[in-house]
Parts: sequence; C-alpha cells; structure tokens
Amino acid sequence: MTSTKTPPREDSSEKSPGRIDIRAQLQQVLAFASLIILFVFFSLVNENFMAWSNVSGILLSTAVIGVLALGTTFVIITAGIDLSTGTGMTLCAVMTGVLLTNMELPLVVGVAGGIMTGALMGLINGFNVAVLQIPPFIATLAMMMVAQGLALVISGTRPIYFTDVDGFIGIALGELIPGLPNAVLVLFAMAVIGGVVLARTLLGRYAFAIGSNEEATGISGVKVRKWKILTYTFAGVFTGVAGVILAARLNSAQPALGLGYELQAIAAVVIGGTSLSGGRGSIVGTMIGALIMSVLTNGLRIMSIPQEWQTVVIGVVILIAVYADNLRRRKAA
Amino acid sequence: MTEEGVAAMPPLLRIERASKHFPGVQALSDVDLELRHGEVLALVGENGAGKSTLMKLLAGIHRMDHGQIFVEGAAVTIENPWMAHELGISVIHQEFNLMSALTVAQNIYIGREPRAGGVFLAERELNRRARALFDRLGIELDVRREVGQLSVAEQQMVEIAKALSFDARVLVMDEPTAALNEAEVQVLFGMIEQFRTPTTGVIYISHRMEELRRITDRITVLRDGRYIDTRDTAGTSTQEIISLMVGRTVLDGSRPAASAAGRAEPVLRVAGLSTKPLLRDVSFELRKGEILGFAGLMGAGRTELARAIVGADPIDGGTIHVNGKRVTVRNPADAAHHGIGHLSEDRKRYGLLLDHDVRSNIVLPSLGGYANRFGVVRDKAGRATAGAMVRKLGIKTPSLRQSVRNLSGGNQQKIVIAKWLAKDSDILIFDEPTRGIDVGAKEEIYQLLNDLVGQGKSIIMISSELEEIMRMSHRVVVMCAGRITGILEGDQADQEAVMELATRFSTGAAGRDV
Repeated sequence: MTSTKTPPREDSSEKSPGRIDIRAQLQQVLAFASLIILFVFFSLVNENFMAWSNVSGILLSTAVIGVLALGTTFVIITAGIDLSTGTGMTLCAVMTGVLLTNMELPLVVGVAGGIMTGALMGLINGFNVAVLQIPPFIATLAMMMVAQGLALVISGTRPIYFTDVDGFIGIALGELIPGLPNAVLVLFAMAVIGGVVLARTLLGRYAFAIGSNEEATGISGVKVRKWKILTYTFAGVFTGVAGVILAARLNSAQPALGLGYELQAIAAVVIGGTSLSGGRGSIVGTMIGALIMSVLTNGLRIMSIPQEWQTVVIGVVILIAVYADNLRRRKAA
Repeated sequence: MTEEGVAAMPPLLRIERASKHFPGVQALSDVDLELRHGEVLALVGENGAGKSTLMKLLAGIHRMDHGQIFVEGAAVTIENPWMAHELGISVIHQEFNLMSALTVAQNIYIGREPRAGGVFLAERELNRRARALFDRLGIELDVRREVGQLSVAEQQMVEIAKALSFDARVLVMDEPTAALNEAEVQVLFGMIEQFRTPTTGVIYISHRMEELRRITDRITVLRDGRYIDTRDTAGTSTQEIISLMVGRTVLDGSRPAASAAGRAEPVLRVAGLSTKPLLRDVSFELRKGEILGFAGLMGAGRTELARAIVGADPIDGGTIHVNGKRVTVRNPADAAHHGIGHLSEDRKRYGLLLDHDVRSNIVLPSLGGYANRFGVVRDKAGRATAGAMVRKLGIKTPSLRQSVRNLSGGNQQKIVIAKWLAKDSDILIFDEPTRGIDVGAKEEIYQLLNDLVGQGKSIIMISSELEEIMRMSHRVVVMCAGRITGILEGDQADQEAVMELATRFSTGAAGRDV
C-alpha cells in the first residue's frame, strides 16, 4: 500500500513526532517562504509595493479567487475536481441580481439566494459524481457549461446593475475595519470556517479519508456517497459567496465573466500544496497559494511587465510549485 | 459434519457448507470450518484453494451462494463489512484498509469518531482512546503519526488495534507475515497471544509451515475450493500438510522431453538480479527452445521478476545477458528491442486495448515497422500481418475489425501472443498464461507454447497451477520470498518437491534490508 522503507521503530514516539510534523507542513512552509521572498523582492524593486493601499489592493484582488479556491480545496482533497466554480460564481451573482433588482427583495434574501444557488449546484455536482458515478472532471465540466448558459439566459445576456440596491456594494468595498475592504474580511472569515470544518469536523475528516483511500473508507463503514455529496455542496457554498463578493465589488452581475476563474482557483490550491490525487491539503496552503498568485500579478504590474507576460510567469510558477512538491514527496517516500 | 455429541458449548465460529461461484470458477463448494474458543486455527491451501474467498465471506465483502455461518451457535448473515464488525469478526486483509493521510488514531476510529458536542470532533478523546488501545496491546506507537509514514509492520499493528477496538471475538488474518521480518513477526505473534483469550479466536492464513507450528493449534486444509481435513498442529508433520494441500492428482503424461533443450545454449542469462522491496540475488539461465517454469506461492516474487527483466520496474542490481551479450533494459521498449516479449498476468490491464480491434492490438508493438518515414502507418501491411497471425494461431474472431473485448479469454490470450510474435520476439515471458481461460482453450494454449519452442522460441512460464508447471516445463525454477530456492529438472519436479522449496523460508523477510 505504501512504499515506506523505514525500519521498524516501536519506540519512535519519543524521537519523531516533531520531525514528522515539519515534513508534513514543509510544502506550506516553502510556499509561505516563497510568498515572503516575493514580497521582499517586489518591495525592493518598487517602494510603492509596500504601501498599505497597494497591500489592501492585493488582498481585495485575492478575495474572489481565494474564496473559490477554499471551496475547491475540499473537493480536491477527496481526489475530485471542480471546474464549475468560475461560471457557477457568475450564475450566483446573476441570481442575486435578479432577486435584488428585478424582484426588489431585501438584501439578505438576495445574498442568501446567491449562496443557495451555489450550494444547489454543488449538490448536483456531488450527486452526479457520487451517485451517477460520473468522473468529477466531466460532471463539473458539464456544470460549468450549464451555469455559463443559464447565467446568460437569466440575465438576458446583459449585465445587471445594483446601483439602486442600498448597501450592496458595501458587502465588498465597505470598511468595517478602516482601510480593509469587507471582501477581505469575508475571505478571512471563509478561511476560518473552512479551516475549522477541515480539521475539526466529520466532513473534513472524511474528505481526507475518501481522497486517501475511498474503498477502505467505505469498508470502514463510512457512507462515502453521502459525504462526497456534502463535500461538493459545501464547496458550492463558497462558490455562492464568491459570486456575491464579485457582484458587490463590480456593483453589477456580469453574465459573460467567470470563465477561467475556476482554473485560477485550482492553481492556487495546487500551489498551496494540496495534492490533485487527493488525501492531502490544507486551508492555510490554499490561502498562501492564492496570495502568491495575486502578489505576482500585482508585483509584475507594478514592474510594468505587460499582462501577457504576467500569465506566462504564473504558468511557470505553477509548474515549479508542483514539481517541487513532487520532489519533496519522492524524497519522503 | 456436525459434532453435537462432543461439543457441550457451541464453537466460537462455524461455517457450514459454504459455496461461492464466480463467473468461470467455483471458488468454494460446501466448505466447513470450525473455530473453537481460545484457539488459533490455521487455514492453508494452494493458490486458488479458496482461502481468500472464505475470508471475504466472513468480512462481508462477498456473500455466499448457499451455506450458513454460526457465531456462538447462532445463525448469522453477514451482508456488509459493518455487520461483520457488529458480530465481532474483524478481518485483516493482505492489502491493508488504511487511509494513509490520516493519523493512527483517526484510522482506528474512522466512522466512529467521538464528538465534542454537535458536529465537532473530539480529537483529544480520540487520541486518548487510541493510546489506551495500544497500551492494552503493550505496543508503543505515537497515535498522532500519519499512517502513510509508518512501516508495514506498524501499519499491521494499526489494523490489529482497529480490530481490537471493535471488541472483536474473531480475528482473521491473511498472510500477516508476508511483508515482515523476523523481529516484526515476533511482535506480531506477541500481539496474537495478547488477543487470544478463552472468549476469542484467530483464523490465521499462511503458506509458511514453520509459522503455523509456532502459533497455531489446529490446521484446516482447503484444496480446489473444497474442505479437505482439519488436524492438530502438534500431531501432524509438515509433509502430511503439504500432501493434503496438493492432493494426489495424477499427472497428464504429455510432459515435454527434457532432453530436447538439454544442452542448448542460454538465450537469456540473469545474474544477481535484485530489486529494492523483494527480489534478492536472482540468477538463472533460459536455454534456447526451452519452457522454463517458475513456481512459487503468491508473493514469492515471480511476477516482480518478470517485470524487472522487461524493465517495467527498476532494478537495483544484477545483470541481464541476451544471446551472450550484456544488455541494459530500462523500460519495456528496450526489452522488446532485445526480443523479449512480456505477457502480463493481467492481460486486460497490461496486455490489451480492449476496445480496439484485433488488428490494432496485434500490430501495436511492431507499429513502428509499418510506418513510413513520415510516421504514417501503412495499414495494408499491418492488416496482412494480423491476418497471418490470426490464421497461424487459430484465433477465432469474426473479423480483424472485431473489438477484443468481445472475444473469449483464450482468444484474447492468443492475441497477446500474436502481438509479440509479430514483433519477432524470441524470448517470451508468460505470466499465468491460462488464468481465466476455460479448459478447452487451455489445451490450445499449451499446444501453442509447445509449437513455439519447437520453432526455436524460448519461454519463461510463470504459473500458480502446479500441474501446469509439471506438465509444460523442461525445467522448474522455484521461488520463495524473493529468492530462487531451487531449480529442478523436469523429471525431478514433483509437487512435494516444489511445495517444499516454495515454503522454504519461515518468514518473508529472509534477507530483507532493515
């Protein structure tokens, strides 16, 4: 089952727990170190980089991708994938738009409706994957297209503006803490929720178990289908939240937007050390991964590197991050 | 086969007339088994005797076609793994059912996590329970370590601790020592002794005779899915057990003449071959025009040897000579280049493109030969070759366009053979050439193997069917625990001699690096 070649050591409890912990966290430590290095590097290149306005801008631009990535982390830990988060988020934004502008319902209802839409898509994804046994890639690819189409249909292919909805824009751009946009608070709040659920609840425990060895998890008496459905549904909630934040930040629901966000979210998850083959991953890692991507984008922009090249760099960073993780794991094995 | 007169108390576990049929195989027919309170019962038999099937019935992985299981005299049904646990039956499979990303404690209590009110897990309580469990076993293991970081022996301890945590009365272990060294076996036996009380019992499946002597009270023998006999371990010799296992079957007389290949030059010489986990200093020669049989029990390393020779797995030491020349084989393409063809034991997974047609399968390894310099494949030439192969090997298919999936096992196997013949391979390594093939088709495959050596090909035949080995091989190589324990001339190779060599080491870790 494993290729562990360690000698038998019944007495290992004395000498090794600390070491093992560090090894398990190494990817996060590496990712965090890379983040710091990037930060220092860009600060040296351009003094404006360190300015709070720029830093809070970086955090704000991390919010949407970050929230999507948090949800995606759960799915990837079960050895699944979710391609529907980008356009799904747009559908959620459009739903919120319809509820708040066309139907003129209270703000809370609109926000809840957007989030519920995300949860419902997640539920359907989970059902398709767990019960109909459709491979996650295909099931969520299909959902990606369905969501994209529905967003266009429902909005009549036109953006929905929230200019008449009091307080909506505040969800993202208001500042409960002066200087820090609320969208960033939402991101951190979602990260805390994600972290607690992953580490301290059955959902998180079983996500790891399923991703690690689905068959053994089933044999151990865990209802694998149910927990997979719940995992996708939970990830869908994050998609919904991201949709609401995006709509609030733009003060509009842009039905043509969204495609490609899912891949950036997956990239953030992977840079953060979560394994696409399942069973391994962390919320902290995903947050660092998302931040690395926005710091890179922002820093390269400040260095006046054209946007075309920014994506090239991010692509290369993803390759390096995953390769470094492979090397580490091979060594550990 | 009831013994009501003797037993005042019903046995801990009784299986009556258990039968299980799989497509093409009657895995178990009317098997009885009785486990008494406080005993360790060995369950032995050759590969395919039905031990694993019986175990899976107890584990709730398979359901029996008919028959009845009794626990403490009460009839029970075991429909799923959970029911087995509820009945106090814990099965430790050879392949552990552990989640490598979870810690020791998390693995043990998976599905039964203690909660701290509501949805939250009580991690401290979880670790405390797990620690108490290991204390009971007298084993020190940090329950917060990730299972993926543990050695095989430690993982086994986790499985046993998990079994204990269910308050198991019956512990079933399948080849528990297969990957352990002697020191680890000692620890394991200590744990089994800890587990054994007047209210519990252990079913211990193993091939290793010496171990059975050390740990078991009685031995139940299965053969060909049937119950043969149960003996007291103390009063039975290893020889007796082996003859019960192999039976007294009469061999077919059509053994090939050993002299035919007697002094021919070696076409393949393997010297000192080792691979990290298993193979240790394996040396042998394959002579031209010879069928060299490889016998051994499951896990002896025969398949691993074949994979190492063809470069499917990396080798750590040793040399391979083909026709007297030293060759380096890094991958199966290198092996094919040197004329070595490998027919995997799992042809559906490694041997065939099931959804492709007969023609594409046959020409796949030699496809480069049919392409012009632009890489465009000339279909006609390939079709001619495939057609010739179909005629030559008597492959029964409606057309070359037929999907391989729809052909019988025997014809599929012939297509795998045709692939390598089309590639002009002179050395063919067959891993279980007749697995999953019905009796009539087997004869055709045997005939084909004999024809091939008649034409000057040389064959390595790995088989778990002793009769097949006896009947087909000019010489027989016997492996045990990753080493060659003997090479027998065809006429010396009888079943007892082979079984004796195949069970030579009492533990699998003979010579394993620690």
